[in-house]
Amino acid sequence: MLTQVATRHTRILLTGDHAVAYAALRARPHLIPVYPITPQTPVLEKLLELQELGELTADIMTVESEHSAMAACIAASLAGARVFTATASQGLALMHEMLHYAAGGRAPVVLVNVNRTLASPWGFWADQTDSLAQRDTGWIQLYCESAQEALDSVLQAFRVAEALLVPAMVVIEALYVSHTLEPVEIPDPELVDEFLPPYEPPVRLDPATPRGFGGTTAPVQWRANRLALKAAMELALDAVEEAGRRYGELTERAYSSVETYRAEDAELVIVTAGGIAGTAREAVDQLRGQGIPVGLVKLRLFRPFPSARVAGLLAGVGKVAVIDRNCSVGSGGIFCQEVRAALHAHRVTGPQVFSFIAGLGGVNVSADRVMEICRSALNAVSAPPDPILEERL
Amino acid sequence: MLEIRIHGRGGQGAQVGCQILAGAFFKTGRWVQAFAAYGGERRGAPVTAYLRVDERPIRVRSDIERPHHIIVLDATLLDDSSIVASLRPGGWLFVNAPLPGVPPWNSVRVVTVDATAIALRRGLSPVVSTTMLGAFAGASGLVPLEKLVEAVREGSPARAEENIAACVEAYWACAGLEAIGA
Amino acid sequence: MSTTAEPEAELFCPGHASCPGCAVALAVRFVLKGLGPRTVLVIPPSCIAVMAGPLPLSSMQVPVFQTAFETTAAAAAGLARAFRARGEEVTVACLAGDGGTHDIGLQALSGAAERDEDFIYVCFDNEAYQNTGNQKSSATPWGAWTSSTPRGKPTRKKDIVEIMAAHRIPYAATACPAYPADLLAKIERARTLGGTRFLHVLCPCVPGWGIADDASLRVARLAVESRLFPLYEVRDGLRYTITHEPVGVPVKEYLSAQARYRHLTDEAIRQIQEDVDQGWARLVGRARALPPRAFA
Repeated sequence: MLTQVATRHTRILLTGDHAVAYAALRARPHLIPVYPITPQTPVLEKLLELQELGELTADIMTVESEHSAMAACIAASLAGARVFTATASQGLALMHEMLHYAAGGRAPVVLVNVNRTLASPWGFWADQTDSLAQRDTGWIQLYCESAQEALDSVLQAFRVAEALLVPAMVVIEALYVSHTLEPVEIPDPELVDEFLPPYEPPVRLDPATPRGFGGTTAPVQWRANRLALKAAMELALDAVEEAGRRYGELTERAYSSVETYRAEDAELVIVTAGGIAGTAREAVDQLRGQGIPVGLVKLRLFRPFPSARVAGLLAGVGKVAVIDRNCSVGSGGIFCQEVRAALHAHRVTGPQVFSFIAGLGGVNVSADRVMEICRSALNAVSAPPDPILEERL
Repeated sequence: MLEIRIHGRGGQGAQVGCQILAGAFFKTGRWVQAFAAYGGERRGAPVTAYLRVDERPIRVRSDIERPHHIIVLDATLLDDSSIVASLRPGGWLFVNAPLPGVPPWNSVRVVTVDATAIALRRGLSPVVSTTMLGAFAGASGLVPLEKLVEAVREGSPARAEENIAACVEAYWACAGLEAIGA
Repeated sequence: MSTTAEPEAELFCPGHASCPGCAVALAVRFVLKGLGPRTVLVIPPSCIAVMAGPLPLSSMQVPVFQTAFETTAAAAAGLARAFRARGEEVTVACLAGDGGTHDIGLQALSGAAERDEDFIYVCFDNEAYQNTGNQKSSATPWGAWTSSTPRGKPTRKKDIVEIMAAHRIPYAATACPAYPADLLAKIERARTLGGTRFLHVLCPCVPGWGIADDASLRVARLAVESRLFPLYEVRDGLRYTITHEPVGVPVKEYLSAQARYRHLTDEAIRQIQEDVDQGWARLVGRARALPPRAFA
């Protein structure tokens, strides 16, 4: 049954971090274990402010480390509580062990990570390595380009995570999303309640039905657990689509795992994720205005990787320019690795894939730079195997 | 799309001022995007804040390299010549300085206002951003005074009435200097 | 002084996977009796985790969450808050070893104690990483042989009860499975209080300490009666009560019952005796300084 498209929302100016806090408010979590770290701190501060105002009823647990925050999230989630947390950079790295615990334990925790450089040396700037380094932990990962998308994605993440019992990470970039003030529509509580039912897991830590969670296993059982997680993660491909569609019916903002922008008949398609995707839209418009047929494929879902969709969208494209704001040292751009692997796995051999590493450490990536990237790929005879460093263009 | 950059020092209110100006434009029905290069919270450290204003949703997410207008809260920041050099042709430079009038400077059109003196009189020092916003609105005509006043009231972390008074004083000091046009 | 009747319900099932003669297993049995069925347990990697059973089996009649080694207190805090948020009355209890408490879990435990999180934390101290084959922990006493202290441990045992008491938590106590009535009484007292409650339970380890299969309780009694491990409790980090008056047997009797101390010289034993005497004198002084009900 379709719900009538609603205009029930409030449109105000919010930063990405504050939009995330409003998403958490609307999700009605029981518990928010959280530890402050730049540039996530405004999320925590806004949540405390909303609690002080009596709007947020969740218990905010200000723990002594991110590691403990995630440990508390997992245990609370397994007891049947809806839990939310947010972190960045070193905090996510410190959580790494517990991210595996959450996924293996099937605790549908929702976490927002603000992409920030990992030390050493110290920095506060946009860089995707912190979250991409968690790609094998068994978490769903969604990358957002705006404060609005961050708010909307947190709500969708809860719906998908709790349906599949797989934890989900929503990722926004330091500064360019986290600290950027822009108009954001906050859906009314009733609208979100319609989209996101209360969390009641099929089994939980409950004295009425004593069960052991997370105990030692034999190899065969461990394998069975991992394969069950794998199967659930594969279902996330459709679940993310369903959640994005349903959210669109309620808010007129539909989402998908992969989004395209003017990619039809493009000779060159930019593939990127996060805030650079927004800048790339501007570059695409400007280049199209000059008669240069380029388009954009935005990767919103990174885990599970929508391999078939990416391969299908890029089949028949002459050139692909993947822009990574990260660098896996000794290998290259991480999104590009995944795109190349998807094309290879689906026997799509046509496109020449150019790997560009741009904006490392939060260095500015303007629309002009994206256009230069496009021109250099269009002018090249063939794609080099190694990544092209944007600053050397 | 209109692109504005504010240069100040930590404590002068560049970042909050940028958000207030964004709020004023938002109240006129425009789409806005405001952010600031941040780091430590050190007083006196150079701070750069960015504002985009458009009639449609703003997608680009990058620093503003070629602003239409620049607001400078501390004239010593202009020792860095790249700031003025980055201004687009025909752009305006609003400087907090005790110089009267609108002298041409390196072929850039300059509006000076003694925001420090106004802010001091209102007990706002070292926050001069709201005063400079008044100067910007008055000289440019790009944003109505009443919207700016509303935004200052909502966006001032403290001393809202003093901030409004300083803003209005600078507005009238610069009003009608020359319409910039959008 | 303890008169609490032993609860009949057995929440720890026979057939679990402990070593024969294990004092931890006995202590766990009494602790679970004391906690009762409206309990959820948090267990980090430890001998207790092994006893809890390999999945899909469980030796415990209450829910068990096995968490990461260093996260016991954080997980318990999250659990307790989850139950509170859901409006459910559940006792959350941690069953951890000394490595998981004194070493890797200390940060989370200190953080939780500072926040006065609502759980009962029981540390079963067998004075080394016995689950992995007897490597020293910071709970290993001076002079004790372990597989990672081949010449005997050169530094002291960490005083975990003093550390916990310094957080001014409502309740911290020592206990020992050789004194089950005292142990049950302490669990009962902990249950009547809210906030972070901590029990430090000394548990001789048959293979790790080098004692006979049937010797763990005898050795435990010697630890208590020699005043090396006095039974006492601390309310609010201030009010000390000695709950069992030890007879004061020479510490040499305790040490000589264990292979891990076989190499100790007479001089070393004399030093340990001196250390024990000083510790006892300090405890007695504290118990006299602030009578139990001074701030009641």
